[in-house]
Amino acid sequence: MSDVTTLRSRHLLGIEDLEPAEISLILDTAVAMKEVGTRAIKKVPALRGRTVVNLFFEASTRTRLSFELAEKRLSADTMGMTTSGSSVTKGETLIDTAKTLEAMSPDMIVIRHASSGAAHVLARVCRSSIINAGDGTHEHPTQALLDAFTITERKGTLAGLRVAIIGDLLHSRVLRSNALLLTRMGASVIACGPPTLIPLGLDRLGVTVTTSIDEACDGADVVMMLRVQHERMHGLFLPSVREYFSLFGLTTERLARAKSDAIVMHPGPMNRGVEIASDVADGNQSVILDQVANGVAVRMAVLYLLAGGDAQGEA
Amino acid sequence: MKTLLKGGHVIDPVAGRDGVFDVLIDGDRIAKIAKDIPAGDARVIEVPQGFLVTPGLIDMHVHLREPGQEHKETIATGLASAVAGGFTAVACMPNTSPVNDQAGITQFMLKRAAEVGLARVYPIGAVSMGSNGEQITEIGDLHNAGCVAITDDGRPVGSALLMRRALEYASMFKMPVIEHCEDPSLKGDGVAHEGAVASMLGLKGIPSCAESIMAERDISIAELTGGHVHIAHMSVRETLRAVRTGKERGIKVTCEVAPHHFTLTDDAIRGYDTNTKMNPPLRSEADRLAMIEGLRDGSIDVIATDHAPHHADEKALEFDKAPFGIVGLETAIPLCVKQLIEPGVILWPRLIELLSATPAKILNIPGGTLTEGGVADITVIAPTAPVTIRAAALKSKSKNTPFDGWDMRGAAAATIVGGKTVFVNNAVAGAERFR
Repeated sequence: MSDVTTLRSRHLLGIEDLEPAEISLILDTAVAMKEVGTRAIKKVPALRGRTVVNLFFEASTRTRLSFELAEKRLSADTMGMTTSGSSVTKGETLIDTAKTLEAMSPDMIVIRHASSGAAHVLARVCRSSIINAGDGTHEHPTQALLDAFTITERKGTLAGLRVAIIGDLLHSRVLRSNALLLTRMGASVIACGPPTLIPLGLDRLGVTVTTSIDEACDGADVVMMLRVQHERMHGLFLPSVREYFSLFGLTTERLARAKSDAIVMHPGPMNRGVEIASDVADGNQSVILDQVANGVAVRMAVLYLLAGGDAQGEA
Repeated sequence: MKTLLKGGHVIDPVAGRDGVFDVLIDGDRIAKIAKDIPAGDARVIEVPQGFLVTPGLIDMHVHLREPGQEHKETIATGLASAVAGGFTAVACMPNTSPVNDQAGITQFMLKRAAEVGLARVYPIGAVSMGSNGEQITEIGDLHNAGCVAITDDGRPVGSALLMRRALEYASMFKMPVIEHCEDPSLKGDGVAHEGAVASMLGLKGIPSCAESIMAERDISIAELTGGHVHIAHMSVRETLRAVRTGKERGIKVTCEVAPHHFTLTDDAIRGYDTNTKMNPPLRSEADRLAMIEGLRDGSIDVIATDHAPHHADEKALEFDKAPFGIVGLETAIPLCVKQLIEPGVILWPRLIELLSATPAKILNIPGGTLTEGGVADITVIAPTAPVTIRAAALKSKSKNTPFDGWDMRGAAAATIVGGKTVFVNNAVAGAERFR
């Protein structure tokens, strides 16, 4: 069990701001939250009377639905806003949109935005707790937390594990949050991708960087694949889908270089046949659907703790 | 009307003065500089102990925004900001709306400046019509109207051939071509220095070589043509290396650096404050130190602020959507004192060279030195006066500065243009004597 019982900040902007004990607290709390999801009546009154706004400026299916479900299971009142059909299409700025919503006195705002730092902008001007549900190519903290939860479920710990993260490292907020979390919790991370998609200075995060997927997979406990967006496939980053899959796609043969009990992860949405072969994605080492299930529990834990709840179950 | 500045510490590197002298101003001219000038019928101002009397400071890289973007700055507010920062003259960039690509616009700027009557304004004309990089402007006409240099600042001259023709043609009028060095394809939609900080923040990077590649190209073209290229707001050590090499080879290349580039690094962008977003971006610590070394060893010619006002609404956006640039006129002196004088990197005469003598020489304009019979453009500096930067109190119409709240030393006590005192600093004890 973790030795802290509350989070220091009222916001969750990134893994960067979390201490290891706080990460452990969230993961421990998520265990209890996962149990709620197994009950016949999947609801607890922890956030009754609290209002949560889901502010999604960027297309999202799993993250948005996962947050919504987490909020409902905690009995919060929720409102959602997506960019199409909103004041944003009429030219309203992010800060004005946030202030307008704040005038309705929400307790928390969950934000997904295409600009890095968008959650930080809100945290500067809002009284509510801000939860970053993905900002540009910066961070996606709840994804890294649910990944850590999923790994811990299977491996019992994060410390000492070897985690390979493979794909479009440059544009991935999942990579940044995971690299911060995993290295902070004592895992060793090896990041792999084509040189055109490796951010400068990545090694300063304590991550080993390679362009060889074989080297990345060798002896790995966890192989985490990242999505490569179609628009990177033509232009100057990559020559073709065919060449990408042949150099960086996760196949059964490559996975065989990892430990025999290694797990395969993907934050979704997957491009089958681009970054991952279907037989691996659907194989018995894949925990991709567990990640989705655990996303709800981890987000419940985050919402609960940011609302002032503690490890003793008092919100 | 005569005024005698008595007992000030005159620093004038061109005239070789660095000591206590009296300066007698007669009308808009300096009548005499000597020890113990008799007062006669002149009004006597006893310059407070320790104050420096220097040739008027000249900022050769300023965006006054008028015509067209008066919500950011006007010629009136920009010049009020200039004199408050100790500048008696500014050269203003042509990226107004419309672009200063023809004599009529130059004349408008000069007319407005004359009406305002604070600091002198030296317009810089565009290299190409609309700064579109295609048709060369009527450089001769711009020159006759009062332009002192040409540039497509904000938009680099993408075509090497256009740069060649501009350097060749402008040389006929002894005008430098000022280049905003940046390879457009390498810059892409980058918003921050490409390095570990931008990588972590998920911000698109602008690599150092986006700047140095174009500087190297332009220096080679200057060698070919014999024209004078001036590298604006240099930010990376690779560009400085190219400039040094060019100078060693006898090529006419000069360069400037902005105070923020020798003060801050990309570390300052953590937190996504859009007042730390400028172009070129804040660079690495190694680059910052290289700029300071270039100022020390003489390879950097000029300090210019790249004063770039933007309205608060324009800056209150996501980092990647906000415009590039910060205001600089009113923070230049204290930043130079903090970064260059106090640590002993350079002495005052060298700083006055960077802020006055060399810009005057590069732009071929009056001032830069105090000579008998010359224009009475004088900055009186209180070099150790404590100052606290307050964004809200800046004279500039825009308040976009990352230095809000900084406690520093050094300020303009009084600014004299053409013999007329156009600014007295109420916050500096002793400055009231210049009123």
